[in-house]
Amino acid sequence: MTDAGGRFSPLQRALHWLMAAMVVAMLFIGVGMVSTLHPRYLVLIAIHKPLGIAILVLAVLRLGVRLRRGAPPLPADLPWWQAAGAKASHVLLYALLIVMPLVGWSMLSAGGYPIVLYGPIHLPQIVPHDDALHAILRAAHAWLAYLFFVTILLHVAAALFHALVRRDGVFQSMASWRR
Amino acid sequence: MAGPGKSDDKRGVHAVAALALIAVVIAAAAGAFAYTGGWFSPHRLTPDRMVDALSRRGGDPLGHRRNHAKGICFTGEFAANGAGARLSIAPMLAAGHYPVIGRFAIAVGDPQAPDAAGRVRSMAVRIAAPDGEEWRSGMNNSPVFVVATPEEFYQITRAQDLDPAAGKPDPAAMQRFLATHPDSAVFNEWAKTAPWTTSFADQTYNSLNAFRFIDAAGRSRLVRWSMQTTVAPHEVPYDALAALGPDFLEADLERRLAQGALRWNLVVTLAAPGDPSNNATKAWPANRETVAVGMLVVRHAQDEADGPCRDYNYDPTILPVGIQPSDDPLLPARSAAYAKSFDLRAAEAADYPRTPPRSEASR
Repeated sequence: MTDAGGRFSPLQRALHWLMAAMVVAMLFIGVGMVSTLHPRYLVLIAIHKPLGIAILVLAVLRLGVRLRRGAPPLPADLPWWQAAGAKASHVLLYALLIVMPLVGWSMLSAGGYPIVLYGPIHLPQIVPHDDALHAILRAAHAWLAYLFFVTILLHVAAALFHALVRRDGVFQSMASWRR
Repeated sequence: MAGPGKSDDKRGVHAVAALALIAVVIAAAAGAFAYTGGWFSPHRLTPDRMVDALSRRGGDPLGHRRNHAKGICFTGEFAANGAGARLSIAPMLAAGHYPVIGRFAIAVGDPQAPDAAGRVRSMAVRIAAPDGEEWRSGMNNSPVFVVATPEEFYQITRAQDLDPAAGKPDPAAMQRFLATHPDSAVFNEWAKTAPWTTSFADQTYNSLNAFRFIDAAGRSRLVRWSMQTTVAPHEVPYDALAALGPDFLEADLERRLAQGALRWNLVVTLAAPGDPSNNATKAWPANRETVAVGMLVVRHAQDEADGPCRDYNYDPTILPVGIQPSDDPLLPARSAAYAKSFDLRAAEAADYPRTPPRSEASR
């Protein structure tokens, strides 16, 4: 197990909450920046790219920690379909954490854009400059973002269900910081 | 018996309240997301609305840029003389040669428009440095831009909506716009009085928006730049253009390049204190310090359909280190709208075949 009290390890909890804030910010920045001509557009896009790469780096780190340390078991009395939903949604969340930044990076590569993280710090192109590929990746980036947001809403709803209705300790396994 | 029953009731009430709370939390989050995306703001000026307005001016835009829709690619190089290096650390301002992929165009919405329909001609460049830094710039041959803000640009674009019955825009709509927007007068005077020519080559192209050059000491200077022609203009009456055919600008460019390269001087103008950074309708006084930083050498032209400029977005905020956007509100709007236009045309590539039909290919 990961924690004497049946919780995720402190490192896992720290990564979860840090990345939760980053991903929610990322989704709101993304949906906001593509729907405005306001000067904030340039600020948002300058945040979006390095924040996405930071999420990619942390997601890979986090997946490694998860594979090494595992997760506390779900309550034995949890209906099978809720347990299956929990497993599937977590696989999907991990996949999106890694795929979304890669799709964004590839999309800019296929669009022939320089991939600027900050000032002179650039990333290499990871796919060829190709407008057909760009079109597919651009559409995928948007639809995966909506899927990501909906999955997060389900995740939050399920977490609150555990916290407020079932009161079975699942929420505390990630949210509690009591010693 | 009574005890556990009461407690069950309490638990039931609690569960209902908890589920209601969860529903409220999720609905609020979804609502905030939708609000941020503009779903509740039909009047927000979005990139979608802007590019949609640009396509209401007539013609079939599918597969093409939504503005400056008709153009031709060129390749060449920028020969920097090194004089710009004291003003900006941009790598392509250090003395040397840097490859350029560019595009000449006319500022129309219809990719099939006759060249005489383009009062505004434009040059776009992508100057590449070996370290991956890029300087992209879209410049027009007018001395100033027609409006100062994205909102005004949307309005003046809508004033050019094609009236399907007349087959052209309602001239009264443009008159109404100009009558209520005195800032557009300088551009409008230029549009009415500037001589017409038969070439992209004899035009000077201006950045219009202001930018910032950052030097090695970190000092920021407000600048504009121009690609100044080295070719004497061949002025003709407007009515003579029709006889030259619909594609006279492309034909002229190819004819000139068959004779040899074409050259423009890249001249940077330094603002004096008080010169506007955020209003592209206002020219800076003519006595401002200028620095010639190098020469653009255009060597070859290519049809856009299969040319190297086709798949580049000439977003003017794609800048190297040492050059930054100013606070001109047109720059972020251009960036956002160009991206939308690029996303659309990339997805519509089938509507604009890369191998032109036989009749065009033989041109």
